[in-house]
Amino acid sequence: MKQVLEGSHAVSEAVRLARVQVISAYPITPQTHIVEAISEQCSSGRLAARFMCVESEHSAMASVIGAASGGVRTFTATSGQGLAYMHELLHWASGARLPIVMAEVNRALAPGWNIWVDQTDSLSQRDTGWIQLYCEDGQEVLDTTLLAYRLAEEINLPVMVILDAFFLSHTYEPVDIPDQEQVDEFLPPIEAKIILDTADPFALGQMVPPGAYMEMRHDIQLAMERVPTTYQQMDGLFAELFGRSYGDVDSVLCDDADIVLVVSGTVTGTCRQALADLRSLGEKAGMLKIKMFRPFPNEPIRRALKGVSKIAVVDRNCSFGAGGIFAQEIRSALCNFETGPLVYSYIAGLGGRDITGDTLKEIYYRTKSSEMPEMHSVWIGLNQE
Amino acid sequence: MAIKDYLRERFFPHMWCPGCGHGIVLNNMLRSIEQLGLSKNEIVMVSGIGCSSRISGYVDFHTLHTIHGRALAFATGVKLGLPELNVIVPMGDGDALAIGGNHFIHAARRNIDITAIVMNNRIYGMTGGQFSPLSGIGTMATTAPFRNIDHDFDVAELSKAAGATFVARTTTFHAKQITDIIKQAILHEGFSVVEILTQCPTYFGRKNREGSASNMMELYKKNTTPIGSQAKQENPELIERGILHEVEAPEYCNEYDKIIKAAMKGK
Ligand SMILES: Cc1ncc(C[n+]2csc(CCOP(=O)(O)OP(=O)(O)O)c2C)c(N)n1
Repeated sequence: MKQVLEGSHAVSEAVRLARVQVISAYPITPQTHIVEAISEQCSSGRLAARFMCVESEHSAMASVIGAASGGVRTFTATSGQGLAYMHELLHWASGARLPIVMAEVNRALAPGWNIWVDQTDSLSQRDTGWIQLYCEDGQEVLDTTLLAYRLAEEINLPVMVILDAFFLSHTYEPVDIPDQEQVDEFLPPIEAKIILDTADPFALGQMVPPGAYMEMRHDIQLAMERVPTTYQQMDGLFAELFGRSYGDVDSVLCDDADIVLVVSGTVTGTCRQALADLRSLGEKAGMLKIKMFRPFPNEPIRRALKGVSKIAVVDRNCSFGAGGIFAQEIRSALCNFETGPLVYSYIAGLGGRDITGDTLKEIYYRTKSSEMPEMHSVWIGLNQE
Repeated sequence: MAIKDYLRERFFPHMWCPGCGHGIVLNNMLRSIEQLGLSKNEIVMVSGIGCSSRISGYVDFHTLHTIHGRALAFATGVKLGLPELNVIVPMGDGDALAIGGNHFIHAARRNIDITAIVMNNRIYGMTGGQFSPLSGIGTMATTAPFRNIDHDFDVAELSKAAGATFVARTTTFHAKQITDIIKQAILHEGFSVVEILTQCPTYFGRKNREGSASNMMELYKKNTTPIGSQAKQENPELIERGILHEVEAPEYCNEYDKIIKAAMKGK
């Protein structure tokens, strides 16, 4: 059934449909609408779950880890500072191989307090062993959250579903809310593989000597390597049932493109329009949307960019001293790939500054007129003074 | 110095809702500072995040606007580095006792000379009315649409038990008492906690049908009584106002100096 939904409520509706059993959270703008809606669903009985409003994000993730260790389906949501505060527990959740799903609303980090969109919060958690999926619109948020549970429970790794602050979390759009029966078919009840078994007590989280630790880490890496194939299967299954599919990347008009704009999050929607404009002017432009950031989709990116001469990566984030984070990852995906394009790296839209169609066109034409990329990322739209 | 000279007017208009009690706290805190004759340069204000914490933007002292829940940890560093300054830390109830609860008890335990002001509106104002550890059983909040089942802390008892050497409580209805208590809290050598009940008509008031801001302040008048009053014996439900606890105990920075002296053996 189509409904006009706020981005945040695309998350809470998915949590309801996924029949999540334990939710724990601490409020932070712009995540609050997600957890308030879930709190309401639990109280009214629309969702048969336990909801805890705990005293911090650290406790939120810790209690969700506790619940997941008992074998139930869990959820939490946070943003910006809250995610940063969870950091220690993020490593724990993946190390313990728990299928936790979290919605993370991309928000800028302080100081210079700012509640608006910026991807540096989630990207700085890239080494924590969480699968990261970035969303473009409300429908994708709902669908990705459902998919995240299947994926997490199959692979036994936690999944972060990521949406832009305000541009997505607080924007209303028509969203198709699937029927419960259909969702149940796609997402059967959790069959936890690592679980506190009352019939067979064992110890979780004990000391591991050098002789065994490395194998445990290797297992996590192997699990991550299984994600792309498993994700493809589930994306296919999802498409059969619901008629929608997203892929780990979405390449648009890349086949005959000379220059491809590489984007993620809500900038993708703007880019679709910019692309149409550029094409109507006879420009051979293409677009590559990156949805899956961890594991990084090296193969699909190589495939999509074959024969392209230049790419312009638009990063709404910065790793200080290195530059745009998507650009770095794409460079390493293309390394040792002779026919790869030149990689241009741009930083734009930090702390909620708008990235308009014109911004993207400026980036396109800059890339077109340059012979060689600069070593560093080029910052777009800085105030001059 | 006139009160206005303590304000950083370029940060105005302030962000508080009409009827919010936080402005009364700001006003009376400035009066106490003025009455003590402190200069702007002798004061460091450290705050975390929340509507209450915005105070640090509005006053023209040395100010640090820091991380949610961590104001006391930052303030401890400031005080250790510059022990001659007066360190004042305004906090919301969530800031002080939810995410910052750990720092709160440890600052009290050390008895470091900091004045902690807990602006208790019993709700997370800034994020839109979720319940806090001071909301209490039976209250309504956006995260407790049917009613809250979480017990609340008694800030005064908690502070005392944790080691604070000055503990007081008042309300925004009792504005003069705010001035009076904050003055004594600043003068007290050691960790001082001042709890001020301050109304949030936008969230707590609306969710809990407490009416307008003036209505909520009327409730503060009705539901509180000076410490040791006859009224309290007749009606134990009343909340006591005034200085609830004041003792002398070694202060952290002083003790630290003594250790340095002893270690240097007069060198
Ligand atoms: C790590 C982190 N988590 C959550 C938040 C969001 N947040 C900002 S203020 C606040 C609570 C405000 O309530 P309170 O401390 O009681 O102060 P009030 O706004 O009511 O004055 C929260 C949860 C944050 N800034 N940082």
